[in-house]
Amino acid sequence: MNLLWLQSGGCGGCTMSLLCADSSDLLGSLADVGIRILWHPSLSEESGVEALELLAACAAGEHPVDLLCVEGALLRGPDGSGRFHRLGGSGRPMIAWVRELAARARYTLAIGSCAAWGGVTAAGPNPAGACGLQYEGDTPGGLLGSDYRSAAGLPVINVAGCPTHPGWVVETLMALSLGQFGSDALDALARPRFYADQLVHHGCSRNEYYEFKASAEKPSDQGCLMENMGCKGTQAHADCNLRPWNGSGSCTRGGYACISCTEPGFEEPGHPFGPTPELPVIPIGLPSDMPKAWFVALAALSKSATPRRVRDNAVADHLAVAPAIRRTGLK
Amino acid sequence: MSVGERIVLGPFNRVEGDLEVHLEVAAGRVAAAYVNAPLFRGFEHILRGKDPRDALVLVPRLCGICSVSQSAAAAAALREAIGLAVPANGELAANLVLAAENLADHFTHFYLFFMPDFARDAYAERPWFAAAQARFKAVRGTAAAEAVPARAAFLELTGLLAGKWPHTLSLQPGGSARAVSAAEKVRLYALLREFRRWLERHTFGDTLEAIGALDSIDALASWAAARAPASSDLRLFLEIADDLGLARIGRATDRFLSYGAYTLAGRPLFARGLWQPEEATVTAFDPDDIREDLSHAWMRGQTRHPWRGVTEPDPDKDGAYSWCKAPRLAGQVVECGALARQMVDGHPLARDLVAREGGSVRARVLCRLLELARVLPAMESWVHALRPGEPFCAHGPLPDEATGCGLVEAARGALGHWLVIRHGRIASYQIIAPTTWNFSPRDAAGTPGALEQALVGLPVDDARVPLAVQHVVRSFDPCMVCTVH
Repeated sequence: MNLLWLQSGGCGGCTMSLLCADSSDLLGSLADVGIRILWHPSLSEESGVEALELLAACAAGEHPVDLLCVEGALLRGPDGSGRFHRLGGSGRPMIAWVRELAARARYTLAIGSCAAWGGVTAAGPNPAGACGLQYEGDTPGGLLGSDYRSAAGLPVINVAGCPTHPGWVVETLMALSLGQFGSDALDALARPRFYADQLVHHGCSRNEYYEFKASAEKPSDQGCLMENMGCKGTQAHADCNLRPWNGSGSCTRGGYACISCTEPGFEEPGHPFGPTPELPVIPIGLPSDMPKAWFVALAALSKSATPRRVRDNAVADHLAVAPAIRRTGLK
Repeated sequence: MSVGERIVLGPFNRVEGDLEVHLEVAAGRVAAAYVNAPLFRGFEHILRGKDPRDALVLVPRLCGICSVSQSAAAAAALREAIGLAVPANGELAANLVLAAENLADHFTHFYLFFMPDFARDAYAERPWFAAAQARFKAVRGTAAAEAVPARAAFLELTGLLAGKWPHTLSLQPGGSARAVSAAEKVRLYALLREFRRWLERHTFGDTLEAIGALDSIDALASWAAARAPASSDLRLFLEIADDLGLARIGRATDRFLSYGAYTLAGRPLFARGLWQPEEATVTAFDPDDIREDLSHAWMRGQTRHPWRGVTEPDPDKDGAYSWCKAPRLAGQVVECGALARQMVDGHPLARDLVAREGGSVRARVLCRLLELARVLPAMESWVHALRPGEPFCAHGPLPDEATGCGLVEAARGALGHWLVIRHGRIASYQIIAPTTWNFSPRDAAGTPGALEQALVGLPVDDARVPLAVQHVVRSFDPCMVCTVH
């Protein structure tokens, strides 16, 4: 399968993340499943005219584009002209290139939350008129419109995340290339279900603190980040704590809250990212499918049952009290 | 080729972000160059009115390759605004994360961005071509296959110390939100040693300490001659550089700026200062002497210091040709990056290179590799210095009215953030990135930016892909997404 990768209104971080794939031979693994990189802005030899000729041939249908990967938001400004990003050397707005190539592509993928929803580039007053390929925030539409389907009959596949996880990209591309990815593999926001059917909370290393509502109060504390630090891991769709980042990491393991970067509109939560707003006294991060009254009752109960070890460790940056040693065999 | 012909080069790939270069060509050589950053996103607008701490979430996302540098500059600006003193562990952890990004960027530049140009068919007649093609061919060479996983393994350091890379929130105004245990110190040390072995085996074919001790062009030449060019990637690069004369192309102003890098207890590992070519000496500089000139940018407004800077797009402005502003220090064009850092720090090899050859393609590439050799041993010592159980982060309330300036060294050079807080919100946030300095357009006096100067006089052998131009542009390791933001 021919893969064509374009970058527009984003930071390039999803490509940088992709290159962190947990593989001893990333490029070889892609080649092994039959993926041929037609052009990637960070990797390919072709520059300038060579690249433009290649893109024009793709747009004209002379080179089949099986996998069109777009990274970065699509910039419609100023005034709908798209001039905030003209593809270098071409004088043409990138949104014109993307429309043309998406009309040819067998599969179109939004790599990262900017290409999926607009993402951080659409934050604040959205100065560049950023949107996603098929969404603007959580509203269907975006650059290509809600009716868009690629030649294979799928909507844009939203490999959302800021950045996106290398494993999410590699496994989506491999599944497509192996013919093992159909419409039932997408969730309601067209994200691959293999990671979007999980919650960041799953496998969180702070789980014992969560159970007892033993909360961190300041950066570097070890406690649960939901009550005070703005964590949305119980709501955010992703497997970040089951599939580690860069070897052994994740946001919550790195000492900071999940900001639900796989979700549309995460960039404008309506409150500062840091402290958890209380509405009233109920943290915003509570699980979306749990009755609030039960949550409050259980939280009160578990707080009163918190062992001293958990309570003390929650507000320390290192293990202050080790677990007691007990014989765990059956009596 | 006719006199005064114009050619447009773009999309200029294997740089971070989108770049377009316009050349005026006369008698087969570049007579004038105009550099255009063709992408505008407007982060300085996005930040206005936000809670100041939100900068820690938003500014790393300016750039996926300099993400930690942006975090570090934002944390430094907030730190100054709050008035915090960072505990030693916090400084060590933040330096480790920043150094990991900077070294990974140098490594990525050499193996994925810069060297593949020597595997182009246009060089098929050169004596080193077969080796260069096997090793550095884009996507298919052995270097890409081996360097990508080596880089990923090295960046596991960021998984441990920063949760992930890019876009971490572990760097805080008061230090690091991720404390390190004694067992994790051992893992960090093992990761550094693994990367050291890779560099010593493949990149250098020698110890990092031997590379760091090379103190002149002559020492470098005798080191290179001691073994076959194919024995290491650096030796192969040196052979190519000699054959193509890469030491003779790419000179800009030779005025080098460094904000000083990797500070511990007030002392930077690499010194802060300004190299003045006229006196051949390093002087102090005053950040208050920085101005951003908008005369050739698609921006409205007057030349101002970033404390009072504005970012108002004007896409139809006459005479403008880039979204990039033109920063000047006391009115002068400066260059930043690894070469600038090593010049200001006084490394003897950097000083000899510039004294005898000027700031060239070869000097820029060598100084990046030199930093790999010099910084990794420092990182090993920082890991040893971590003291588990002692604090990693200081805390303090954010004032409603404050200012803060964060000056750090990203892989590509001097990065500055200027933050103004009014009524508890961001009233102004201005950013000058390294490539804003290096790839600036002309200023009101008509003086071209550093790359624009470095391109003048180069041969244009092939109007489709002029190779010397490719090498000079990429020798700066530009990051275009940071440049305009």
